[in-house]
Amino acid sequence: MAHEPQDATARRIRRDILKMLYLCQSGHPGGSLSCVEILEGLYYRTMRVDPSRPGWEDRDRLVLSKGHACPALYAVLADLGFFPREDLWRLRQVDSHLQGHPDMTKTPGVDANTGSLGQGLSIAVGLALAAKHKKKDYRVFAVVGDGEVQEGMIWEAAMAAAHYKLDNLIVLLDHNGLQIDGPNDKVMGLGDIVGKFSAFGFDCEVVDGHDAQAVAEAAGRRADGKPRFIRCRTVKGRGVLFMEGNAGWHGKPMNAQEYEAAMKELGGADHV
Amino acid sequence: MSDAKSLRVAYGEALVELGAQDDRVVVLDADLAHATMTSLFEAKFPDRFYNFGLAEANMMCAAAGFAHSGLLPFASTFALFGTGRAYEQIRNSIAYVNANVKFGLSHSGLSVGEDGGSHQSIEDIALMRVVPNMTIFVPCDPIETRKAVFAAAKIEGPVYIRVARPVVETITTPQTPFVPGKIVRLRDGTDVCILATGLMVKEALKAADLLASEGIRAAVADVHTLKPFDAEFVLEAARTCGRILTVEEHSVIGGLGSASAEVLAGASAAKFRRMGIGDKFGFSGKPADLFESFGLTAGDIARECKALLD
Repeated sequence: MAHEPQDATARRIRRDILKMLYLCQSGHPGGSLSCVEILEGLYYRTMRVDPSRPGWEDRDRLVLSKGHACPALYAVLADLGFFPREDLWRLRQVDSHLQGHPDMTKTPGVDANTGSLGQGLSIAVGLALAAKHKKKDYRVFAVVGDGEVQEGMIWEAAMAAAHYKLDNLIVLLDHNGLQIDGPNDKVMGLGDIVGKFSAFGFDCEVVDGHDAQAVAEAAGRRADGKPRFIRCRTVKGRGVLFMEGNAGWHGKPMNAQEYEAAMKELGGADHV
Repeated sequence: MSDAKSLRVAYGEALVELGAQDDRVVVLDADLAHATMTSLFEAKFPDRFYNFGLAEANMMCAAAGFAHSGLLPFASTFALFGTGRAYEQIRNSIAYVNANVKFGLSHSGLSVGEDGGSHQSIEDIALMRVVPNMTIFVPCDPIETRKAVFAAAKIEGPVYIRVARPVVETITTPQTPFVPGKIVRLRDGTDVCILATGLMVKEALKAADLLASEGIRAAVADVHTLKPFDAEFVLEAARTCGRILTVEEHSVIGGLGSASAEVLAGASAAKFRRMGIGDKFGFSGKPADLFESFGLTAGDIARECKALLD
């Protein structure tokens, strides 16, 4: 698989993800690497957030519904200054605020507890509905995984989002095509996923999920009276050749040689 | 006895009253508003009522989203679907974060009656009791139901209010104390202490009358809070009476009987018996007939007390 150029931010985030995962020898590299530009497009180019005020009432919210990809979220939050970058190296340790799956009660900048797949989108629906209720103009972004949309409650949430005309809710699918047991199409095919969300009442768009600017532009668009669904075409393990498109790297730790090779590839040998 | 009322009506009326005082209150339901009686709130505050349709899992997580936004959501459906179908949503999206969500779940226990075993929640207390951060109220009459709603609003974190369906006579008064986590002694006695919860409180009081006619002095306690559990009261009752009987309209596994046993084991030599639903499912029937079939009438309670005295 050929590499397309990544911008400096994406490379920096990816290096931090790899270092976090290497140091704790657990966690999920594949799905973290695939959503880097999605989070970059949102946090650096779209969302209204203030790292000095993580609890700011009028901020835009992000629900990482595919919570296992939280190393990517943590790396972004640290890069933006929500907490010190050094904290990243304590991921998944007993005295760390960085849990194996996102915990809003521990980590500044995390807007919802996720990890049990399917639940995040419903929390996002509640957040978006509450924003309407309070007549606030902030938006709620939900990043869902492709395996995750096999959960039935995703469709309960989708139905509610359209019913309540949540045009302040933007759902982004990290569509890398792979889940733990293999390709989506082998495990449980998603079929015409855009057509399905469209039939549920969403305004839909497809973008290159590794083009942060394209993600930002799509996420910034609004459809009056309709929630938005953006299918982001991505590659699992993106940025590290031996991980790309390989379901085996869903939740596998790297050994020293693999780590070194991956870091070199991302231009950060000094990072090790 | 006066003011007989269904607990679910008392629940709906309390939501209306609370909603008038606290504009953070929003009410969520899953297409059962006319059964849980949140329809009373909907009629009064249509802009603060959200129906989620038949999607309990989504409703519970959305309730967390409301709570994260500074609102005070009360989510309602039947006890079985709330605590059962949406168990993990309550666990992970609500309790794990200590989200300020209240769920008043109706049609609990055997007393759903004719709908049968598929709808009779006999395990809801057990399911909620093992979840950290959870508070569980099981009111025994309309007055206590109202107090439970107002007490829940004052607690920061998840609260489950178990609301039975039948019309219930008032047995407490507005002056009866309702302190979360504090068992209320409704009747003094030194021979045996009956710890009862929910609809069984009334049966326990009747049983105490039956026993009094035979010269047996039974204390009756109203356990309106199953969690946090009032261990101090139970140990004191064990010291005073030497005999403890628990009665609940719930499985004997995981509810009031289990909570009491957990307190007494290793800490008291008092004689102890549990009454409730054995390890089996219910079936269709009128609530009174079901209580008879499952041995949960005043007469059954009096007989168990006498067995403890033998």
